[in-house]
Amino acid sequence: MSTFNHADSSVSDTEETQSGEGSGGVVFLFFLIGLAASLIVGWVVFPKLLYSQKHQPVDFNHVLHNELVSEGCESCHFFREDGTFSGAPKLAQCIECHEDVQGESEEERKFVEEYVKKEIEVPWLIYARQPDCVFFSHAAHVKTGKMDCVTCHGEMGESTTLRVYESNRITGYSRDIWGHNIAGFKRNTWDRMKMDDCAECHQQKKEMLGSVQTQKEGCFVCHK
Amino acid sequence: MKNEHDHTSTKKFGMVINLDLCTGCGSCMVACMSENNVPFKEDESDKLRSITWMKVYKLTNKRPFPETDICYLPRPCQHCEGHDGHSPCVSVCPATATDYDMNTGIVSQIYTRCFGCRYCMGACPYHARYFNWFDPVWPEGMEKYLNPNVSPRMRGIVEKCSFCYHRYQAAKDKAHLEGRKEIEEGEYQTACTQACPAGAITFGDLNNPDHAVYSLKKDPHAFRLLEKLGTNPKVYYVSSKEWVRKAGDNYLENERPAWK
Repeated sequence: MSTFNHADSSVSDTEETQSGEGSGGVVFLFFLIGLAASLIVGWVVFPKLLYSQKHQPVDFNHVLHNELVSEGCESCHFFREDGTFSGAPKLAQCIECHEDVQGESEEERKFVEEYVKKEIEVPWLIYARQPDCVFFSHAAHVKTGKMDCVTCHGEMGESTTLRVYESNRITGYSRDIWGHNIAGFKRNTWDRMKMDDCAECHQQKKEMLGSVQTQKEGCFVCHK
Repeated sequence: MKNEHDHTSTKKFGMVINLDLCTGCGSCMVACMSENNVPFKEDESDKLRSITWMKVYKLTNKRPFPETDICYLPRPCQHCEGHDGHSPCVSVCPATATDYDMNTGIVSQIYTRCFGCRYCMGACPYHARYFNWFDPVWPEGMEKYLNPNVSPRMRGIVEKCSFCYHRYQAAKDKAHLEGRKEIEEGEYQTACTQACPAGAITFGDLNNPDHAVYSLKKDPHAFRLLEKLGTNPKVYYVSSKEWVRKAGDNYLENERPAWK
């Protein structure tokens, strides 16, 4: 009798353990699914949703223009006499050549008809536009620092088409500022243009370190 | 921590304001507001909320007629050096939003860094710092007059006079383009200096013997505000009147002031 009882209880014990293991597996499975879903949302869906994709008003061909001008980037992106940088060219500069359609490109025809003839400035989307609080001196970097345009802007001059402009829906800033890699990895100097990226070089400028608080460069060197 | 820089070999921008010339017209205040995108308030007479980076105070000698005398005193941020750059506001800022630059002697305020605790306002003995109680609102069309070189400030942060640092940056930009290392005295002048019709304000590098302020600050009638606190400000005042010089600090009745 006692033997039977014992066997019976041992059977029921085993059953209980099995059912316990089974439910644990289901919970773990749900956990995994949840984890995977969260990771996908966080790393793939959210970054996609965060940035809106905008196309440039006119698809500009840098290579084509670079062949025709004599002074490289500075032919169109020039310094003004007061030391400021002109940035993206204004219509007045383009009109010098594009008063009428020159070639057979569909984009040029669109540019001449929609902007040149109507005398409307092209609302270019500036990939490298920094927030309002940032002061950046092109003259200091290009003229005194002898830096190349490529260091910060990448191989822009070798592009035949303008890539899609990604704008952060919350801040309105270009994705080029935050960086294209969602994990924050950076392969080229121009992949990201946040404060730390500027600091990479600026921390090495020993003669300029004057900040009392940080022992680095003064805040007003890059802020306004 | 002691900064290793020697301030005597770097620039130290400062001002000398001649109170004998100041007529109290307020041009400096207006020029400052428009230069630095200081927004309007619905009630500008509410001095607890209005923002005036440059403010003209009216001093009186508290004497009965006919000895009554008044003096106007323009007060920008004093850009205190303190000891080794530890000005009152820089020492208390928990956010590193305000900083002292040994290369220029200018106390910077980074608006995006500030979170509005207002410790600096409590620490500043000159009331030179102002808190934004509201987001800035400009009358319709007025936003087109904003200075693109100065970023506007949002609600909840502190702002103050920057000695028009953006003008220094602009002057340096030109120097970079022309391959010069240094800028001329006239290339970097604050908005208030240029706006003063009486020429009461002189601005320049206090460490540079070629600049006007270098010799003006040595005037026997020169004094600074609340010098006894040890704030070591970079704004000097000149007045031929003894009661004005005495009003620049808290002196006991029979105390002999630091200036001779």
